[in-house]
Order: sequence, then structure tokens, then C-alpha cells
Amino acid sequence: MTSWSFAVKSLLRDLRAGELSVLLIAIIIAVTAMTAVGFFTDRVGRAIKQQAGSVLAGDLVLRAPAPPDPSFIDEARRLGLDATEAMSFLTMVLPADVDNESNALTQITAVGEGYPLRGELLVAAAMFGESERAAGIPERGTGWAEPGLLGRMNLDVGDRVRIGTVELTIARVLEYQPNQISGGMSAMAPGLLVNLADVPSFGVIRPGSRATYREFFAGPEADIATFRQRLESAAGDGIRVSGLEDAGEQINSAIDRAQRFLTLASLVTVILAAVATAMAARRYALRHLDTIALLKSIGATQSFVQNSTLSQLLLVIIGTASIGSALGFVAQQGLVLLAPATLYIELPPTSWTAGTLGLLTAATITVGFALPHLLMLKDTAPIRVLRHDMPPPKLSSGVTYGIAIGTLLLMIYSIVRDLKLVAYIAVGVGTVALLSYAAGWLLVRSLTRFRGAAGVAWRYGLANISRRGTESIVQIVAFALSLNVLLLLTVVRGDILQAWQATLPEDAPNYFLINVDPEQWPDMRAFFETELGASPEFLPFMRGKIIRIGGTPVDDYVFPGDGGKFFVRQESNFTWQGALPETNRITAGKWWGADYTGALQASLDERVAGRLGIGVGDTLGLNIGGEEFDVPVTSLRTIEWDSLRPNFYLMLSPGEVEDLPQTYVAAVYVPRDRRLVLNQFVRAFPGVTVFDLDVIMSQVRMVIDRASLSVQYVFLFTLLSGVIVLLAAIQATRDERRFESALLHTLGAGRRKILQGIAVEFTALGCLAGTLAAFGATAIGYVMAEQVFELDYTLNPWLWPLGLVLGSVIVGATGTWATRKAVTEPPVAVLREV
Amino acid sequence: MNNRPERNTGNNTVLRTRNLGKQVSSPEGPLTILDDVSLEIGAGETVALIGPSGAGKTTLLALLAGLDRPTIGDVQLCGEDLTAMDEDGRARVRGRHVGFVFQSFHLVSSLTALENVMLPLELAGAAGAAARAREALDSVGLERRTTHYPKQLSGGEKQRVAIARAFVTRPSILFADEPTGNLDAASGDRVADLLFNLNEQSDTTLVLVTHDRELAGRCDRIIELEAGRMVS
Repeated sequence: MTSWSFAVKSLLRDLRAGELSVLLIAIIIAVTAMTAVGFFTDRVGRAIKQQAGSVLAGDLVLRAPAPPDPSFIDEARRLGLDATEAMSFLTMVLPADVDNESNALTQITAVGEGYPLRGELLVAAAMFGESERAAGIPERGTGWAEPGLLGRMNLDVGDRVRIGTVELTIARVLEYQPNQISGGMSAMAPGLLVNLADVPSFGVIRPGSRATYREFFAGPEADIATFRQRLESAAGDGIRVSGLEDAGEQINSAIDRAQRFLTLASLVTVILAAVATAMAARRYALRHLDTIALLKSIGATQSFVQNSTLSQLLLVIIGTASIGSALGFVAQQGLVLLAPATLYIELPPTSWTAGTLGLLTAATITVGFALPHLLMLKDTAPIRVLRHDMPPPKLSSGVTYGIAIGTLLLMIYSIVRDLKLVAYIAVGVGTVALLSYAAGWLLVRSLTRFRGAAGVAWRYGLANISRRGTESIVQIVAFALSLNVLLLLTVVRGDILQAWQATLPEDAPNYFLINVDPEQWPDMRAFFETELGASPEFLPFMRGKIIRIGGTPVDDYVFPGDGGKFFVRQESNFTWQGALPETNRITAGKWWGADYTGALQASLDERVAGRLGIGVGDTLGLNIGGEEFDVPVTSLRTIEWDSLRPNFYLMLSPGEVEDLPQTYVAAVYVPRDRRLVLNQFVRAFPGVTVFDLDVIMSQVRMVIDRASLSVQYVFLFTLLSGVIVLLAAIQATRDERRFESALLHTLGAGRRKILQGIAVEFTALGCLAGTLAAFGATAIGYVMAEQVFELDYTLNPWLWPLGLVLGSVIVGATGTWATRKAVTEPPVAVLREV
Repeated sequence: MNNRPERNTGNNTVLRTRNLGKQVSSPEGPLTILDDVSLEIGAGETVALIGPSGAGKTTLLALLAGLDRPTIGDVQLCGEDLTAMDEDGRARVRGRHVGFVFQSFHLVSSLTALENVMLPLELAGAAGAAARAREALDSVGLERRTTHYPKQLSGGEKQRVAIARAFVTRPSILFADEPTGNLDAASGDRVADLLFNLNEQSDTTLVLVTHDRELAGRCDRIIELEAGRMVS
């Protein structure tokens, strides 16, 4: 008989006898979680990207300073993509009413049919009235005006304005249009949305006129990607193509955080499943030592045992990968049924990727965590058939842990794809494991003093924990691990999600006031204090260009990529400030401090610095209002864009630039029911542009909500793997416990006493594990919030009592329940099995 | 059990040891648990190893069967020098020539009685394993127990399954370690009868370790050990 056919037969026999249940379930859960998360993250990622599309007005946008080649749109339509176009330019708008002497430089956006392809236009029938979704675009001969324009020109809906030689009727107030935030801050002038077909009749666009042309495309992801390549290769100079990843920083920042949540969830699931697999494999190996010794005594060679073990593992990998992938597919289908209305779901394009992922997960976990234990079987001494008390063959701990840790690191890397983060996690997990082991050891030692305290059941239970020594510690750590997950999932998850949602509280500023003249400050502050009882914070706002990097003019500078080139080509918004804004964190260098008055310094957004290829110590040449400065970059920052506060890529130190021409920007919270106050505001301060942030805020909130939902779903698998670790830990000493109980039974102990002893043991283990878990959950929660998600985390005092109670109850009840057979089955049956 | 292959009979030596000794390390220094054992056992002979607990009976049995390696001396089983072989070599020799019956039966709990008996045949790659195993179970009177699992069998029945498993490969030599030690008197007698009958029918050499003087008395020869040395 070959080792292969023997492996198949004995695997089937073990399956039938339930020997492999926990091992298989652990691997299947890992595969299910990975494939479901794979599918799901993919879908959620795409759903969130769709949101990004609504900021851009399409999936792909081409921007050009001159009319682009019309064949682009035809070609896109031929390929089955949606396409439309728009153009924008600045022009003077005059009231048609000759008595009204006002006029305003206006940003005209002329849009074609179908605009916007993604997202929506929000309009209102009156200034700051209830906004509604616009059906279509402005009819010919009409325009939709932003409140700022109406305020500045003292107009209302129904009034007529003149552009060039043509008169238009203001049909609606334009509350929101896509692109408002990403392009909005640079658009100083209030906007008017008109029909593209009307533009030629205005007679204001002539060859050489400054206008920006945009073409929008939308369609399936793959087609868009292909089309983007064609556009980029065909597009000439000055043309910029943007995709979903170039959408507003606010959405991107929220998406980034959401992805970190999901990554972490799948990571924890895999680690837990790996732990459960290792524990189950160890138990399986220990239970099979006698069988292997017997096989060897009747002629089986080492290579036969090894080959048959490897064959069995191969079958386990194939089996668990198939079942797990199928379940993973079903699991994410379940989600489609659960939340069809709230989540944008598109079926994943190929199922084989999930299959491959499943196979890979099953193989890695099996090889990394089950193989070392099972390979030990081949070294079983055949003399074990005569001397049952022979110790099991020694596992080379270097090899075992080496393989397991190596595998785990590889898996973590495959999930996070960031070497630095892998190192960070490895050190973190290693420290947690060591600390847990040390804490477990201390706890077990401290139990001895309580042994004499109560009755025989109590003494028996506690004595067992001390006697099992290392096993008890491993068990405590395993229990703590699963309780830790439970606490993280119930308490800390809520806290962190809440902290995330708190970055965008209900009363977060929902309007930006731009273009504020410093002289208007006192009046404006008085206005808001009277009307809303609060005054907004003002930040200086200046516009300028980066002209030199490290002394080299930008035209000659070699950028690491295109991103940097685009960044310096356009004018940027700068500010100067003494104090570091709450929503910014310094990642390199040093912030100048609130009272700084020295030489000019600059602080740059970390990502922009990356795009420009510079760091702390490099010099930037700036042109602000015609004056040139060479400023050293003294710090880099990360910015919480999803906080929706006024934030700046480039900040300057106070002092030198304070006297340069500048305006101010402010953020203000206006409750929905007080929106009409803004009507008076724009009339009182016609030069100020008011930006409505409500739409972008609700988009960011939706990303947060969707991400929360998906994280909860993914955490369900993490929870399952936590439960499997719990089961594996209980199983680890189950045989021994059954045997001991049977012995006690024969010695005359009553069922109740034995059960009490078992209950005491598990409850005490659970209590110790719960304590450990509470500490762990607090530490992990803190690190996760502060370091990974960059959120402020407040300590939750409920973790400790909850950890203790949950640990005692869950481990006590589950452990006692799982071992109850030891009490209910006749002792002779148990003893006979030995 | 028919179709038995030709093998050594009569006075041909199946098992020979020379100056066999085993030392183990202990906290108090090296401990000799078997010392200078030289013996010869002929084909078809039945031999009992007796002696008080700790006399080295099980150690000697393990060395004779190649389950363990001696510290000194050598063992020749069916003409092959076990001491010169590695673990796999000894396993192959056991597979070809040896059968075992253990005090604690050592049935695989996840296998039925029939599957347990089939096991050595399957390992050896023998054809018709199921039929031969059925025949073996028949010969120990367990033809109705083929689909039972070990936990569904009594102690005596388990040992009879173990005997069937030991004889199914038609071994040259059968080692039995306290084969009746875990059984009541009636079951023990039945198992002993079976062991000797099958031994006689198949002309197998039988080496058994026992505390039971009566059982030892049924053997052709008794080797007595005391403190690791042969005293008779």
C-alpha cells in the first residue's frame, strides 16, 4: 500500500471519527474570512470609489486649456462609455435691469446634456431654501446662480442677467455642483451654471480666451482604465486626466481610514485562525502518537509516515480551500441580500481570484501552523507501544516557530503590502505575546495562595491550573486572545468608530467663507454673534506659486512623478499661522510654535513633499503676490482632510508674510433651520464667497457609515475565529480532563463535585484571561486609534469589569459545557479508551 | 491461516543476542537496566520472560523486537542484525517477520475491528487485505464483530482483535507483552488459549513477557530476569 492511499484512507477514517473537526474548521474559517473579505473589500472599495466619482462628476475627467479633440467623446461613446463635456471661464455678468448698477466677475460653468455623469446638482427655488436634486441641466436661455452671485448683485430667482450680448433668466439657486471643493477654493468668483449650447451666442469666447474645457467619462472600471490609457497617450500638452483616485482629499482620506479598518480586521482573523490551527494540529499530533508508534512497530518507516502526513495535509489544503472559498462566496452573497439598498454592489468579475486566494490561505496556514506539529509524528519512538509514558518527540522550536512566524509575516505582508508596517506589527505582536505569557505565568503562580481558601472542588480546580503549568499559561493566553478580540469588537470598535464619526460631529462647520477682507472682520464677527451666537475662526489665505525647489527653477527640476509637476503648475493656497491646527500632525521636523516670530519657515503636507521629492531641510522658492521668498521646509505634516476644516498643504510661519496681500478664510456652522441667515450675510458682505459643505460632508459621513457596516461584517469572521481559538484551547486539555474526571468518579467523587471542580478551573482561567484581555484590548485600542487611525482615543473604564465578567462567564460556561461529557459518561467507557 | 510461506523450523535460530545491555542516564548517573543478556531462541519455540517489576523484561522485549537500540551487544532477528540498522531498517524487518500483542491492546480507536486487522497487511502492501483480515477475525471467533469500533468491544474481544492483527501477516516471531495483564481470569484464559493454539497451528515463535507463572508455565522455556540480568 502506498503512503498516498494509506493517507487517503486514514484521513477519511479520522474525518469519520471527528478527529480533525477543530483543525478543519479553523482553516475553513480563515479561508472563508479571507475570500469573503477579499470579495467584500473589493466591492466596498469599488462602492466607495463610486462616491469619489460623484465628487469628480465622472469616473474620468479630462481638463484642457483649449477645446480638446472632439474625437475623444465620439470614441468613448463608441466604446459604450457615457460622456459629456463642460467649459468654464470668467466673465463679467451684468443685471438686465438698468436700475441695478451692480456687476460681478463670475465663474461661468457651461455644461452639456448628461452632466454630471456621477453625483448630482443640488438646486433651490430661493436663496438658501430647501435644496433638491436637479433633473437635468439649465434649459437654454436660463442659468442657475450660486447664492454668492445673487447676493453680490442683489438679484433673486426670476431676475435676468446679461452675459455679453445675451440675456439669461436666473431659474434656480445652485447649491452644490460636483468639483466644488477640489476646484472651488481656487475659484474666487461666484458661479453661474448655464447650458453649453448657449455659449456661442454669448460672444465672449474668442480664440485665445482663457477658458477651461472639461470632458467627463463614466463606465465600467476596466473600460475606463483602458480608455484612460488611450486618453493619456493621445492628450497633448497642458491636458490633465484625472481619475477617481484624484478626487477630493476629504473622500480619499475617509476611504484610506476605511481600508485600514478592513485590513486590520482581516489581519486579526488570519492571525487568530493560525493560532487555532496550531493548537488543533498539536492536539491532533499528540492524539496520534500511539497510532504512529503502533504503525512503526508493525513495519511503517519514517518516510512512509512523513509521506502519508504530507499527503494528508495536501488533501486538507485542497478540501479546506474549496469549502472555505465556497463559503466565502456565499458569505458575501449574504451581504448582498442583507444590505442591497445601502451598499452599491457589483458582482466581482472573476471567481478564480477568490479561489486562488482561498487556496493560498489554506496552504499558508496549513504549512505554517499545522505542518510542524504533524511532521513531529514521523519521529515518534516505536517503543511507545510498550512504554506509554514516553514523552512526545521534541519539536525543534527554532524550526516550528521560525516557520510559523515566517509564514505569518508573509501573510501580513500580503495583506498590508508595507514592509515598515509589517515590522511594526511583528514587533507589536511579539511584545504582546511575550507580555501575555509573562502575565499568564504570574497569574498562575499567584493562584497557589488561594488554594486552601475553599472546599474540595475549589482546591481541585485551582490545583489543576497550577499543575498544568505551561499548558495553563498557553490556555490563558489563548483564552485571552479570543476574549481580547471579543472586547475589541464590542467595546473598542464602538469607541474607535465613534471617535472617527466624532471627527465630523453634527455641529462641524458646514460653510466656508472665502475671500474675507481683514477689514470686514469686526462687522462679520458681530453679524455671526448676533445671529448665531458664535463667531467663526479666521485664517489668513494667500495665493502663490512654488517657483524653485532647492534652488532649481521648477521648469528645470526633475520631479519624482507627474503629481509634483501638476502641483507646482497651478497657483496654490497658503496660510500663515503660529499654532498647529488640531487636525494636523507633525511627522518630521519641528513645528515653529505659537509665539514664533523669527525667520520665515514652511511646513508641508507629507504627501506633497513626497510628490516634490523633498524633505525637512530643503528650500522652496515661493512667489506670493509678486514677491519672492526662499523658505526652508522645517516640518512635514499629515492632515485629516476628512475633518473638513480649512486645511493647507503649505503653511508658513508668522511674521515676514503677514503684510503681504491676503484675504481670510473662515469655517462656520450654520444649523439647517438657520440657513436663511446666510441670505442676509451675502447681501451684507457681497465680496465674500460662501461654500456649502453639506454635500461633501454627507458624502464623507456616508463613507464612514458604509465602512463601519463593512467593518462590522468582516469583524463577524474575526469573532468566529476568536471562538475557534477558544474551542481549540478548551479541547487542548479535554482528554486529560476526561480521564481525570473518570478517575475521580471511580474514586467515589460525585458528579456535582467533579463538575464544580471543572467549573472552578475554567472560571478561574477565564477570569485570569479576562484580566489579561482587558489590558490587551486597552493597549491595542490605544495603539490602533492613535497610531493606525490617527484618532483621539479615550480610555473606556468598562473594559476591566467587562473583561473579568465576560472571561469568567464565557470561558467558565463554554469550558464546563465542552467537558460535561467527562461527568455524564460512565467512567469505565473513558478509562477503557485509554 | 493457510498458504504459509516456507520458513525456518525446528532448531533453526530465529533470535540471537550477544552480551546485550542497556544503560540510561538518570539524575544519579548512568543506570544499567539490562546487563549482559545472551540468548538464542529457535523457530517455533515458545519462551516466557519473567521477573519482578523493574527486572528489565519490557526493555529486553523492546530490544529483541528492534523497538529500541541497545547500549551494548547485538540482536539478530531472522538472520538480520538489528543493531546495525537504522530505525527504518528495523521497521522493515518488523514488517516482514514480527507480530505484536500488547497489554493495552493498542487498537486504533478510529478504525473498526476489521480495519485494525487489515492495517499491517495494508502497510505491507499485501493483496486481498480485507478477505485475509476477515479470515483472521474468524479464527479468533470475532466474525460478527468486524464493523465494531474498539470502544464497542470488551477487553477480551479487543485482545482477540489484537491477536488476529498479530497473526494476519503470518509472522516468524510474535512478541506478546503481558497479553492477559489487563483481562479478567476467564478472558485471560481464553486469550492465552488462542495465542498458544494459533502459535501451534502457524508454527510461529512466541516470546511473551508475563508476571503470570501459570501462563509462563505453558511455554517451552522460561527466562527469568532479575535486576537486569538473566538468572535462568
